[in-house]
Amino acid sequence: MIATPKPDLVTVNVDGKEIAVPKGTNVIEAARLVGVDVPYYCYHPKLSISGNCRMCLIEMGMPAVDPATKAPIMDPATGKQKINWIPRPQIGCATNASPGLHIRTNTPQIKDCREGVMEFLLVNHPLDCPICDQAGECKLQEQSTGYGRGYSRFIEHKNVKPKRTQLGPRVTLDDERCILCSRCIRFCKEVAKDDVLGFVDRGSYSTLTCYPGKALANNYSLNTVDICPVGALTSTDFRFKMRVWFLKQTNSIDTESSVGANTVVWSREGVIYRITPRQNDGVNDTWMPDSGRDLYKIVRANDRLAVIKVNGADASLDEAVNAAGRLLQSAAGAVAVIGSGRSSVEEQFLTRKLADALGTSTQLVSRVGQGDGLLISADRNPNVRGALVTGLIKDLPTAKLTSLGAAIDAGKVKAVVVVGEDLAAAGLSATQMAKVAIVYLGTHANATSTAARVVIPTLTVFEKSGTFVNQQFRIQKYLKAVPGVAGAQDDLPVLARLVAAVGGPILAGELHALWRTLAAEIAALAPISFATLPEAGLLLDGTPYAAGPFVETESLHFNPAAKPAVTT
Amino acid sequence: MAIVPLERKPLTFAERTYIPQIVAGLKTTWKHLVRPKQTLEYPEQRPAIPAGYRGVPTLVKDPHGREKCVSCQLCEFVCPPKAIRITPGAIALDDPTGHVEKAPQEFEIDMLRCIYCGMCQEVCPEEAIFLQNQFSMTGYTREEMVNRKARLYELGGTLPDTHFKWDKKKAAEDHGNALH
Repeated sequence: MIATPKPDLVTVNVDGKEIAVPKGTNVIEAARLVGVDVPYYCYHPKLSISGNCRMCLIEMGMPAVDPATKAPIMDPATGKQKINWIPRPQIGCATNASPGLHIRTNTPQIKDCREGVMEFLLVNHPLDCPICDQAGECKLQEQSTGYGRGYSRFIEHKNVKPKRTQLGPRVTLDDERCILCSRCIRFCKEVAKDDVLGFVDRGSYSTLTCYPGKALANNYSLNTVDICPVGALTSTDFRFKMRVWFLKQTNSIDTESSVGANTVVWSREGVIYRITPRQNDGVNDTWMPDSGRDLYKIVRANDRLAVIKVNGADASLDEAVNAAGRLLQSAAGAVAVIGSGRSSVEEQFLTRKLADALGTSTQLVSRVGQGDGLLISADRNPNVRGALVTGLIKDLPTAKLTSLGAAIDAGKVKAVVVVGEDLAAAGLSATQMAKVAIVYLGTHANATSTAARVVIPTLTVFEKSGTFVNQQFRIQKYLKAVPGVAGAQDDLPVLARLVAAVGGPILAGELHALWRTLAAEIAALAPISFATLPEAGLLLDGTPYAAGPFVETESLHFNPAAKPAVTT
Repeated sequence: MAIVPLERKPLTFAERTYIPQIVAGLKTTWKHLVRPKQTLEYPEQRPAIPAGYRGVPTLVKDPHGREKCVSCQLCEFVCPPKAIRITPGAIALDDPTGHVEKAPQEFEIDMLRCIYCGMCQEVCPEEAIFLQNQFSMTGYTREEMVNRKARLYELGGTLPDTHFKWDKKKAAEDHGNALH
């Protein structure tokens, strides 16, 4: 059956191939849909059009009509409507699809145009490729190979420009490499709303610079590095660290807030070198905050836990699980479980099973900061909604565990299982912590791990796979980028064994097998399996929790269902 | 196929005495006794290495003593047995070669892995790595068979340069955009 085009679709002709696209679609995107590559530098799908690189030149024509009668003029040679081609090339990025639009990208004129544009762009380009961090993901490299002349006719002296300008705390600028595409300027103005960049001087002396007295210091500055099509803007952190062609890309999620920005973790041989955003038009477009790019440093932090401890002595996992099981069973009826909004959905499910087996309920610790209205929300826990969906908690968490402290003082709680949280930070005093036996599962040392009877080191988000539910109730998966540090244990098997050790059901500690249990027991997750969860995530039904006093305010692609709770 | 029986010819008298054969053999022996020697007394005497010989890969400096490698890691990428391992690093700005910006912090070639193919030399955009005349690598441990940066420069020495690319770059930077 041939689907009739929807009314808002228009048919355009790209190199002789017809395609129906929504009216107003950019010609570059329309060409991409039929597999025709229109090269560009300054165009970016999420930014305004500036049309200053001139790389996307195309030939453009419209079907001919008689000016007087508006009747189509037919071409007797082909029997089709005649096309009036514009004799000069047009830029593709500033051309939108309109009915009957014809474009050609493979004519000798266009080939010549591209060679000419490439030659002009390379006139003052320093050819630093051996020392340039962009090499390997550089549009100028790719397109000079694909569309350039292949040799240089330039024998004059190249312009000299500043090569090592610190634009801000995280961005270094090499002006000689800049091709003046103005993507970074438009990003700062339109997305980051921090209009600090601009061009000064004229002609080939044009230079990208910061407004005097200002710095490119906003928390989104490193996105300019991502969108820079050449090596002009480079990340000071990643500068000269590793060539990109050695790095393995793993999809992940930014854990710093409940926005859940999609990311790519770049690693080589178990070492993470950088984190960049991954396009998800429903969550973060193509951006992410700078603060999320530093998070990989927790993997090799000095305070990372790597040894299982029972009563302060090194132990095996078997000993630790058995010790924890005995400890919790001896305190049966007086056990508290502290889960975490940083745990994955699967870990929260197992934590719930642990609490069920111990006959107790669970509390989470909330972290509330200031939302920036873009990609950092007020809720700094990435997965509080996962805890709601898995049934780990009924009510939203509080910042301080005052009720737990009171219960400890009253002697009602004798043992506490803590998953990845710090009780001291959550308001418990050292004397309160000394009164109870603590079983601690976590990645880094803190006051709780010091006070704990049983310490089981676990993995960071980069060392395991799992899912988070973000503020939109979108369940998104992250994958293991690097192997865990020696000594750290995978969270899921440890939790599953703890559940069994306190007399609970035997649950799978392996992610995919556990998801079958999750799908069977939790109605909201019934149609989902980890393997088939799409890259862009899946929106869950958030209406049962719509009235909850969530703290998030409006941000990119997110409107809170209810009025945000007053943050304390 | 038909089988053709061949009759062995009886030996002649001369053959039965073995004397012509012994004489012929001794002739070969005596000929080699008086011919010039073909062998070398190896460790003391070294063979002449022909031009274009692919010996141990080394790093070289330019005639001004600047290390030419900028740690672009192309050799590490192209090396078929993955013998090369580079840790890139930045050059301090106040260094005399600060304008080059990048140099290897560490450069290791595992000679137990190296197959002397010369692809690293071929791919090097800075003409910094050369397979030179050195052909003998020995060591008692695996660790000794890894040539580190200092050793690679010691083996490589200095080679003549025709480009002086970075010197020209420096001169242009000092000169600025005034009329050339």
